Formats: sequence, C-alpha cells, structure tokens
Amino acid sequence: MRRTLSILVENRYGELARIVGLFSARGFNIESLTVAETLSTDVSRVTLVTRCDDSVMEQIVKKLSEQVRVLEATDLTGVKHVEREMALLSVKAATKAARERVLGLVSAFRAEVVDLSDDGIIVEVMGDWDRINSLIKLLAPIGIREIARTGTVAMARSPEAPRSVALKV
Amino acid sequence: MAAIINSSPQPAILEEELEVEATSETMRGARILCEALIREGVDTIFGYPGGAVLHIYDELLKTQDRIKHVLARHEQGAVHMAEGYAKATGKPGVALVTSGPGATNSVTGIANAFMDSTPLVVITGQVPSLLIGNDAFQEVDTVGITRPCTKYNYLLKDVRDLAEIVREAFHIASTGRPGPVVIDIPKDITAQTAPFTYPDHLDLPGYRPDSYGPIEQVKRAVSKICEATRPILYVGGGVIHSNGSEELLELAERLNLPVTPTLMGLGCFPAGHTLCLGMLGMHGTYAANMAISESDVIVAIGVRFDDRVTGALEKFAPQAEIVHVDVAPSSISKNVRAHFPIVGDARSVIRQMLDLLPRDTEEPSRARLAPWWEQIRDWQVYAPLTYKNSDEIIMPQFLCEELYRLTGGEAIIATDVGQHQMWLAQYYPFKGPRQSLTSGGLGTMGFGFPAALGAQIAFPRRQVVAFVGDGGFQMTAQELATAVQYRTNIKIVIMNNNYLGMVRQWQELFYDRAYSSVNMEWLPDFVKLAEAYGATGLRATRPSQLGSVLERGLATPGVVVMDILVSEEENVYPMVPAGAGLKEMVLG
Repeated sequence: MRRTLSILVENRYGELARIVGLFSARGFNIESLTVAETLSTDVSRVTLVTRCDDSVMEQIVKKLSEQVRVLEATDLTGVKHVEREMALLSVKAATKAARERVLGLVSAFRAEVVDLSDDGIIVEVMGDWDRINSLIKLLAPIGIREIARTGTVAMARSPEAPRSVALKV
Repeated sequence: MAAIINSSPQPAILEEELEVEATSETMRGARILCEALIREGVDTIFGYPGGAVLHIYDELLKTQDRIKHVLARHEQGAVHMAEGYAKATGKPGVALVTSGPGATNSVTGIANAFMDSTPLVVITGQVPSLLIGNDAFQEVDTVGITRPCTKYNYLLKDVRDLAEIVREAFHIASTGRPGPVVIDIPKDITAQTAPFTYPDHLDLPGYRPDSYGPIEQVKRAVSKICEATRPILYVGGGVIHSNGSEELLELAERLNLPVTPTLMGLGCFPAGHTLCLGMLGMHGTYAANMAISESDVIVAIGVRFDDRVTGALEKFAPQAEIVHVDVAPSSISKNVRAHFPIVGDARSVIRQMLDLLPRDTEEPSRARLAPWWEQIRDWQVYAPLTYKNSDEIIMPQFLCEELYRLTGGEAIIATDVGQHQMWLAQYYPFKGPRQSLTSGGLGTMGFGFPAALGAQIAFPRRQVVAFVGDGGFQMTAQELATAVQYRTNIKIVIMNNNYLGMVRQWQELFYDRAYSSVNMEWLPDFVKLAEAYGATGLRATRPSQLGSVLERGLATPGVVVMDILVSEEENVYPMVPAGAGLKEMVLG
C-alpha cells in the first residue's frame, strides 16, 4: 500500500540518514523523499512516500517518533490531506502536429510550457501523484525524453487532526 | 630559556578570554572532555589508545586521580567491560577507543549494548577534521557504521559544542530505553581550546521519554488484572533498568501473581520465591511456558516479546489479554498485539498500579487464584528442571548447582551465549537484580569474561564470576592480561565440553547428528594459559574433584581460571524447537 509520512525533525546533519536507515534496514524502498526547512530554520519537514503493510508502518512510525531528534512523525495515509508534486517533462515535439498535441494536453492539465525549442517542449506540471502520472501516460506515446519529479509534499487538512501514532500507542 | 617561557602567548589569550567569560576556564578539547566526564560522575573508563586519541590520553594522565583508565587488550573487550560495569552499577559505562580499527573493533560491543538496552557512552577518536573523507590513515565513517546500532551518535565539529554533547550523551544513554551513544571526536578538536562551561540544561525538544503511564489506561489494566483467573507476570530487563524490583515484588505478593522472568530479567524477581516459576521461552521451565500459554491475562513489564520467548507467534497464549508496559512505544504491539498498551517506565507504572490497588488484595487474590495455582503446582511437579547426575563425569547442570552452593547465590555472574548461559539461567537462581550479566539480544560469544571484569572493577570486593564456554572464552581470553594487571580477584569458570555446545545440540537434534565444525579439536591448556598470564589455573575432570576445585578457586586471591571438563554431549532441556509453540516443549 502506498503511504505518505510527514516527519518533523531537527535540522542537523545525519538526521536524514537516520530516518532513511529505518526503511533501508527493513528492505523497504522509498518512492519519494522531500526535505526542506519549515517556518523555523531549526526544523525540517520530511515527506516520505513508501509502500508497506500496516504492521510494518506502525512499527516504523513508532521507531521514527522515538528518534532523539524527531519532533513528530505522522502517517497521513487514511487521513484527509493534500498532496502536491511538481514535475518537469521534456517531450519530443519536432513536428507541428506533435507540438499541438502537447500544447493541448498542457492546457487540459493547466500545466505550463517552460522551454520551447525546434524539436521539443519542457512542460511543468503540478498536482497530486495520480494527476502527474496521468499526464505522463498521455505524453508517453508522443515521446518523453526525460523526467524530473520533486516527489510528494503533503499536509493534513484542517480541522481534522492527523492520526499521530507518535507516542500514542 | 626564560625568554622562551615569557614569549609564550598562552597567558595573554587566557586572560583575554577570562575577561569575557569570568566563570569559565579556557582549556583544550581533550581536557574539556575529561572535565565533562568528571561532571557526569565517571570514575572509570575502559579503553585502548591510538593516534587519534593521543591528546585525550595525555589529559587522562593528568586527571588520573579522578578518572581511572583501564587498559583493555582489544577494543571489543573494552566495550564489553564498560557494559559489565554499567549492568552491575546501573551507571552508564564509558569506553574510549581510537579511530578506524579502534572504532570497528568496538562495534560488536556497541551492538550488544544496543540490543540489551545498556547505557554506554563510547568515545571514538577520528582523523583530523580536514582529512575526513580523504581515506586518511585509520579513517572510517564511525557515525555511519554505528548509526543503526546506537541510540544516538555524534560527529563533533566544533570544540565549543563538546561539553554540551557529553552532557546530552549521558542523558540520552541513561534515560528512556537506555542504550549506547557514540561521540566521534576528530583529533584536531581535542587540541583546540574553548572556555569550559558545563551546561545546566538540555536542549532536546524531540526527546521526552515517558515516565508514568496514562492513568486511565493503568486503571483499566489494573481492573483487568484484578478480575483475571489465570494471570501471570512476565517481566524482563526493563524492571532492572528502572530499578523496579521492590515494586515488582510488592505487586506480585499483593496479588498472589505467578512470575516468570526473561533471560534479561533474571534476578529482577527473586528466583527462589514461591511465586517464581523460573525463566520462560525456548529453554524455559515447563511450568512457566505452560502457565503463559494457558493464562487469561499476561502482565508484561519491561519485556519485548522476543522470538526466543514467544515461540511460534500464532500459537502464543491464545486466550490471553495482554497488558504491556514498556518505556519504548516501538516495543509494544511489535510482535504480539497488546490489549492494554502502557508506555512508561516499569518502576513508575508498577508504582501507579500499586497505588490503584484496593487495600486488601492478598486474601481475595488467593481465593480467586487457588485453582490456577493448583494447576501451576501440578505442572511444576510434572516436569521440574531435572538432569541425570553422574559419578564418572561432571554434568554441566551440577556445575551450576555447585557454583550456586559455593557462592551462596550472591555472586555477580556474567556469561556468553549458548548452553552454559541457559544452564546457568536454569540452575543458578539469582536472588537480586544486577547479579546476572548476560548477552541476550545479540548473543555475543566473548562477552562474559570482559563484562565480568568490568563488574569486578566496579565492585572490587564482590564475588564476580565469568561463567563461559571453551569456545566463547577463546574469543576474549586476551583480557586475562587486563585482569591480572589491575590486580582483580575475578574468577573464570570454563564449562569445557570441547564443543560449540548449542550449535552441536541443534546439529544433533535437527541435522541427524551431522556435526559440522563444532568440535574444538584443539584447545589450549587453559591451566597453563592462566599461568602464562600470571593467574592461577585449576582443573576438575571428575565430579569428586568439582567441589574442592571450585572452593579452592573461589577462595584463592587474584585471577583464577577454573577449567571444568564436563559431559560433552549433554543437551539443554526443556527445549522449544524453532517454529514450534511454547507448549510443544521437548523435555529431554
């Protein structure tokens, strides 16, 4: 099952390695990972997407919460939340027909063209994971040269409080 | 000559800094480390010098009246000694090693302490800051290697952070679920100077281990326990770490509860007490394993439902509702789902439970639990711990019983892992906490002797015994030099069956006795080995000699190695085969 975790951690060297190690040590791949400062420069938010079952996730969230420098670890899966991700897609479009098809999709997805050349277009698209996957699927037959995705960032919707497994067993 | 002294810029800088920080003295990093350790109440360090820690060793020479340094013969030995010291005293143990191989040699000890939740602070030297990442001589990524087997670790980057980091390290190591903390210190930082002030508060916003459990949950658990008709207390190392033995005894006695300790919990409840059923698990007693399997309420305190305790999870205590008290949330519902999870320190939560108990619980409990106890007594009679003694050959169980008799059950005893460890757990009924020092989680051969040595150095006047196998002793036997150098009175009892006994037992039972690399076809003469180190060596080969050899060995001052030749192919029973349920014991 695809799971999105949101982790607040003190902004120090070595902490990310500790967090990531809990996944790699159990043989779980991390699908995406974003890290950046929050309002406080002392605290970073890590948004991590992985796939694993409930009991493993519960154990990992508890282990995360126990980490000395982790302030909070929340499993957003099953909680009302928003997810966003940005992707840059370099698409082959050497012909007029191809360009028109790409531009049609760009407008349908409210994406943006950020670079245009004789033989290609770089598209910037924003949305949740599904939405970006849909555009990639539609652009693939035209020819995608390269993809760069930011990975998911996520936030629980208010007023519902996130189901924090942290320290509440 | 005088000109050289006068031209030294040192006093000028000192004065300048003193003006800024009137209360603090400027000193180099190595000295700050020593002063910080002294502030933490450290009286003993176990270590091994090397290039990266030269400045620290230089300062240790100057502070030797306040901190004793014990020179091990291998870094693994140093860390095990620190762990033995910590387990016996309850204070964090401290080890100091150099960079590179010093750090890698200490990893086994660190991982052992991590698995068994022992508070340790391990200081590792590192190559100078500017060389880190350059494949410098004796460089290794110590924080990277130790990250998964430490509670926390630090790479020091600024001498001004040193005192605060030491303070944090001791706090982290000794609170919550205790564990090892590594501080990796580049050599140049130990030479740099800074004003020394010891911080009076800690800045750890994400680290607040719970002490007391949520009171409503404790209330629910207590009423469940008071209604139970087949309850059992399953208790472990957490009771010892929290110094909760007295509270546990009161809880068990007031509710007339049967008690079964884990290997790590041996001594947290007096083994000779009528309420104690002995250890549970793979080599637990029949009564303990039956009682936990048939129970309706398990009160699990400071335990983690380890696979060596539960056997096959799907067959574990099918009718039981589980109250699980542990200071680490991640230990709860990890292997077995808890119905009443309580995050809190064992002693504090037991105290809460005691405060919630009605005034008179003994009589009602006795009446309610009478049929349960009758059943338990039947199990105890049906299959007590037993073995067939011999006049010809020393039985290992008999050795444990004799050791108990001759030490009055009062000794601190450390073991490695394997048959000797299990027999000691079965046949040496530990009276109190911090008497049994064993490698439980990691199962480290070579742990017992240096751990016992650490305990002996902490308590020079107590009877301390390393009870080890012939295989394990050879892994850290070099520490005999340390034991003799520091004029200790440690006694080493080698249960010598000429085999890697537990592996042999599994090969006998599950591989049709196809013995593969378990026979120690060549062993040193342990008596001569002892003598070569300047210790006393004794040997017993027949049961008639055993009592006198042990008696003489225990009474002889100084380091004594007792090589006890025991039955070679004796097996540890009861045994729950791997993958079987706890009730599916092989009784032998």
